[in-house]
Amino acid sequence: MNSISIYRNIFVSVLLGTLFVVAMMMAESQVAVLSLIVLAAVSCIVLQKKGVIRKLGSDFASAEKFANGTIMIGALATAVVFAGDHFILLMLTTVLIYVVACLGLNIQFGYAGMVNFAGAAFFGAGGYAAAVLTMQTGLPHLVVLVIGGLVAVIVGFLLILPVLRTRGHYAAVVTIAFSLLFRTLVEVSPVLGGAQGSPVTGMVIFGWNFNEGYQIAGFDVSFYINYFLFALILTAVTFTIVRRVERSWIGLNMDSIRIDETASACFGMNVARWKVTAFTIGNFFMGIIGAFYAMMLGFIAPNNFTFGDSLIMVSIILLGGIGSIWGIILATGIVIILPEKLQIIQEYRFLIFSLGVILVLLYRPNGLLSRAARTYFPGLLRGAR
Amino acid sequence: MDIGFIGQHLVNGLMQGMIYSLVAVGFTLFFGVLDVIKFSHGDVLMVGVFAGLTAFFGLDALGIENPYILVIAIILFSTALMALLGIVIAKILILPLKGAPPLNILLITLMLGTLLRESVRLFYPNGSNSKAFPAILPTDSFTWGNFSLRLDSVMLFVAGAAVIVGTYTLINRTRLGLAIRAVAQDEETARTMGINFGFIVLFTFALGSAIAAFAGVMNGFYYNEINFSMGLLLGAVGFSAAIIGGLGNLYGAILGGFLFAGLQTLAAAALPFSSSYKDVFAFAVVIALMAWRPTGLIAEKAYARV
Repeated sequence: MNSISIYRNIFVSVLLGTLFVVAMMMAESQVAVLSLIVLAAVSCIVLQKKGVIRKLGSDFASAEKFANGTIMIGALATAVVFAGDHFILLMLTTVLIYVVACLGLNIQFGYAGMVNFAGAAFFGAGGYAAAVLTMQTGLPHLVVLVIGGLVAVIVGFLLILPVLRTRGHYAAVVTIAFSLLFRTLVEVSPVLGGAQGSPVTGMVIFGWNFNEGYQIAGFDVSFYINYFLFALILTAVTFTIVRRVERSWIGLNMDSIRIDETASACFGMNVARWKVTAFTIGNFFMGIIGAFYAMMLGFIAPNNFTFGDSLIMVSIILLGGIGSIWGIILATGIVIILPEKLQIIQEYRFLIFSLGVILVLLYRPNGLLSRAARTYFPGLLRGAR
Repeated sequence: MDIGFIGQHLVNGLMQGMIYSLVAVGFTLFFGVLDVIKFSHGDVLMVGVFAGLTAFFGLDALGIENPYILVIAIILFSTALMALLGIVIAKILILPLKGAPPLNILLITLMLGTLLRESVRLFYPNGSNSKAFPAILPTDSFTWGNFSLRLDSVMLFVAGAAVIVGTYTLINRTRLGLAIRAVAQDEETARTMGINFGFIVLFTFALGSAIAAFAGVMNGFYYNEINFSMGLLLGAVGFSAAIIGGLGNLYGAILGGFLFAGLQTLAAAALPFSSSYKDVFAFAVVIALMAWRPTGLIAEKAYARV
């Protein structure tokens, strides 16, 4: 297999993917949106049948750095195309934000096998930390982001004992109870703004005010481009860390306790230690990105962080394929963008969404892009070699 | 604090506890026979209430005014319909997924709950608004000092208790109950003993769903107001109650239901902070209880083979 063809395949497929996203964003009429969806679905099915998807998968795996770089450029190019459009940039940034949150949740669900139905609560803990800190102190906003993550971690520590001691459905009830508790708590707490919510200051880093747009060569650039670029950086950093964790001995330990907790304990692994690690890292990412989300929106309310939102995060993970990073990115795109673009189904979107999740889980129980078996030497054991 | 105040809270707590226990019994029954959590249970309850309301409108249009006939008809229609819905759900979603990862089943049934909720919101006439549930039970009240006990509360409580006792008798004193317990204990052995596994599962789902519908109608008669999202919280509370009691155990479900209601009442009546924190308090205690007894107050017997 020559490497030129690998690079060419990657380049062409990323180009096509970017063009598809751009076309999807530009499509205004419902007919255009629907035909794009049908086009994507049909071509995926055809390519899957012909084995092209599997071939592409091994190509992407064997030239990872090139693939990741190309996708990054594709994302930047998309942002350039829509630089003047508030709404589309906001939507794309929201996708990136959910990607980071779900990658954090994925460390818990996908690697360590811990159920967490309170994703939105940890996300919200970061958001409310940002609201309080930006409104009442003059802390630099990068510090606020980190504190947002730490607050989520500390909130998580409150739950750590019951989470460690329980398994399965019993663990689910701990986080479900916490999710409901969090929502009610912020709703009735006067310090956090109550049911009306709380304003948040827009982001300013080293004098770079995120809430100001630009004029470049007479062309108006939306201020959301700042948020998009920063979210892209955060996503890339999170992606790298999560990938590293997955491939390292940390990930190996987590995989082991997920697959068989009792057997791992018998082999001398410290189950509690790895669960605490996974829970902490995951919550940290959710808290950071929650703080960022709050600063981008400029206003947060208890309704942003309900049990339903936690469920959406869990559905993204299961839809994408549990443990699969690219699967999660794909599923986030679908779950966030489709309801926005398909205004025709606006009223019925939760109905269709729940039906879709049921169907995918029934007929593709491992998700859209399931996680591949662990490769100890990335790129070497794949494909036709 | 006077006797009337305490009495009022006590009655309210007991009614809540009865409703929660009925919901929790369903969770525990399903978990017993199939080791699954069917999270759409709360929404089945909600659909049951709306079915009951529809039955009321239908009978009202026919000109039937006798409250006893109305109440019995509402309960029968709602429980029968939900028993059917329970069978359909078990047949289409739960049985085919036997052996799938528990997380998938949990998510599928959660999504089914959303589906039911959204269907009622969108397709029931004016479904997105709260609806008044008919107050047709007699409202005579006994009064002692400033405490008054309404007859309808007593009737609802007695009816709820009768349902629980009935379920208990069915499970523990009949051949059918014996078969259910056998399936719960060991499916394969039960099959070899000639028990019709499919039938037992479907029957259990019908039973649990009918009890949920009954709890929903009881809730409707007690508060006289229903809405499409009432099932979400009732389902979550019922699940928590079944869990803190200990899954797969009828006593545990009842204990958990009354415990949860007791915590809410305690927070609303006796603790020094605002009563809007009562759910926060109750859920916080649930989390603490899980840390103390990780498999419920009446612990499930568990072992693991490596």
